[in-house]
Amino acid sequence: MKRRLHELAHARAGDKGDTLTLALFPYREEDYELLRREVTAQAVKRHLAHLVGGEVRRFEVPGLHALQFVCERALDGGVTTSLAIDPHGKTLSYALLEMVIDA
Amino acid sequence: MILASQGELDYLALECLAERTIALAQLRKLADPAAGFDPLLEARMRALLPLAVRHGFRIVTNMGAANPLGAGRRVMALSRELGLKVTTAVLSGDDVLSLLEPGMRTIEARGAALSEYGALVSANAYFGAEEMLPALASGAQVIITGRVADPSLFVAPLAHEFKWRLDDWQRLGRATAIGHLLECAGQVTGGYFAEPGLKDVPNLAQLGFPWCDVDAEGNGVLGKVAGTGGAITLRTAKEQLLYEVTDPGGYITPDVVADFSTVSLKESAPDRVAVRGAGGRPRTPTYKVSVGYRAGFVGEGEISYAGAKAVERARLAGEIVRERLRDDVTDLRVDLIGMDSAHRTDFSHSLPYEVRLRVAARTATRELAERVGAEVEALWINGPAGGGGVRRHAQERIGVVSLLLERARVRPKVTLLDEDREAQAA
Repeated sequence: MKRRLHELAHARAGDKGDTLTLALFPYREEDYELLRREVTAQAVKRHLAHLVGGEVRRFEVPGLHALQFVCERALDGGVTTSLAIDPHGKTLSYALLEMVIDA
Repeated sequence: MILASQGELDYLALECLAERTIALAQLRKLADPAAGFDPLLEARMRALLPLAVRHGFRIVTNMGAANPLGAGRRVMALSRELGLKVTTAVLSGDDVLSLLEPGMRTIEARGAALSEYGALVSANAYFGAEEMLPALASGAQVIITGRVADPSLFVAPLAHEFKWRLDDWQRLGRATAIGHLLECAGQVTGGYFAEPGLKDVPNLAQLGFPWCDVDAEGNGVLGKVAGTGGAITLRTAKEQLLYEVTDPGGYITPDVVADFSTVSLKESAPDRVAVRGAGGRPRTPTYKVSVGYRAGFVGEGEISYAGAKAVERARLAGEIVRERLRDDVTDLRVDLIGMDSAHRTDFSHSLPYEVRLRVAARTATRELAERVGAEVEALWINGPAGGGGVRRHAQERIGVVSLLLERARVRPKVTLLDEDREAQAA
C-alpha cells in the first residue's frame, strides 16, 4: 500500500548556510523501522532532486526514534543571499512529508 | 513577562541574534556610533529590570549585537531612570574584523577566499561559556554580550553555578543540549509545531516560554508556567533537539563537541520533559567567525491573479517581466505563490483558484533592483488581464560566510559598569 509520509510522521526543517536539515519522527514509535527502511538518503535525494544540489546524508537517532537528513546545497546559496521566498527553507519539512512510500 | 515574574528563575537568558543580525547592526553603528545593539533592548529591559531586581534573577543576553558596551551603558542609564541599583557586565572582543586577511578561506562548501566576496562589513567570533564566566563571577545582575553561541548563553550560568571545569566535556555536553532546547524559547513549548488535527497545541496565542531546572550533573527538566498556552511534550522537544543540527553526534560549539544522539527525553509529568544523557568531547581549537559582506541588491515585485485561467495569466505575466528585464538582469527568479514558490513543485496537487506572481532578482545596483518591482507594477497597464495588488521592494543585501580563527588570536574583554564607573574585569 502506498502512503504519504504526512500520515505517518512529523518533521521539522532547519538551516545552516546552504545546508538544509530535515528531522523526521514517526507518530507511532513502531513505525520507526518502516521509515528507516523506506525513507533512505537516496529516496529523499530523489524526492527533493529539484531542490537539493548536493549530497543527502541520513543520521539515525534511535533513542528519539528520529531520522535526520542533512541536505547540502539546498537553499539557493543560503538564507542571506537566496532569492527564494522562503530563504531558510522552513516550509520544506512539509515537502519531505509529501513523499509517498510503500507501507 | 509571565516567565520572568512567575517562573522562580535564577537566570533569564534572551537569545536575540540570527546569522545576519550583527552585520546589519554593524551598518547601523557605522551610521550612528551609539547604535548597533538590539533595537528592542530598551523596551525589553524597561520591562524586565524591575522584575529582575524584585525576584532576584540575573539577565544574560546577546542583545549587545555589534555594540555590547553601548548596550551596557544604555542599560545603566535605564536603571538610573527607573531608580534601580543594577550592575552590568559587558563581554566584548568578539569583533575580529581587523584580524581578517583577504586570503583567508571560508568554511562554506566551496572554501572560497574572503577576497572573492564583496566588501566586508563585520566579523564576529562566536564566544562561549569560558569568555562569559568572568562576567558572571563579577556578580553583575545583567550580562550583555555580542556574538556568543546560542546554547552558551545557558551553559555559562550553569558552569558558573556548579563550578564545572571547562574540560568537563560530559556536563558541558549535557548543558549544551539543554541550551539548544531552550534557545528558541517558544519553539520547544509548542510554537512552530502545531498542525490542526494531527498536532494540536492549546492556546498558542498565549504561548508560554520554557524554563529548565538543571542539576549539578547537567540533567534537567523542561517546563513552563502553569496556565500559559502551548505544550511541552516528547514531540515538541524532539523536534527542537534536532533543529538546525547537521550532525546529531557532533554538535560543535565554542564550549564542547556535544553528542545529542544519546539524549533521552521523557515526559515526567504534563508539560514536563526530563532531558538527560547527552555526551561531550573536547572542544575545537578554533572560534567560528561569522563574516558579513555586501552582497549587492535584491529587487522584488508581486501581483495577484484570481479566477479563470489565473495560473496561465500569472505565468504569462512572469514571462513578460522576464523578457523586459532580460538585457539588464541575469539572476532572476519567477515564482507563482499558491503553486510552487516554496517547494518549487506542487507535488501534483490540484490548481489553485488564485495565485500570486513573484519576481525577484539579484542586481549590482539599487537602481536595477528598483526596476524589478517597477516592471511588475507595469503589469497593471501592460500585462495580462486582471492582475492586482502590486507590492514592490528593493534593498541592499548583506551576505554571511564563516571561517575559523585560532583562539589565541582573539582577546575577549569583560567590562563592569557600576553606578558611576567602568572597570575592566578580564
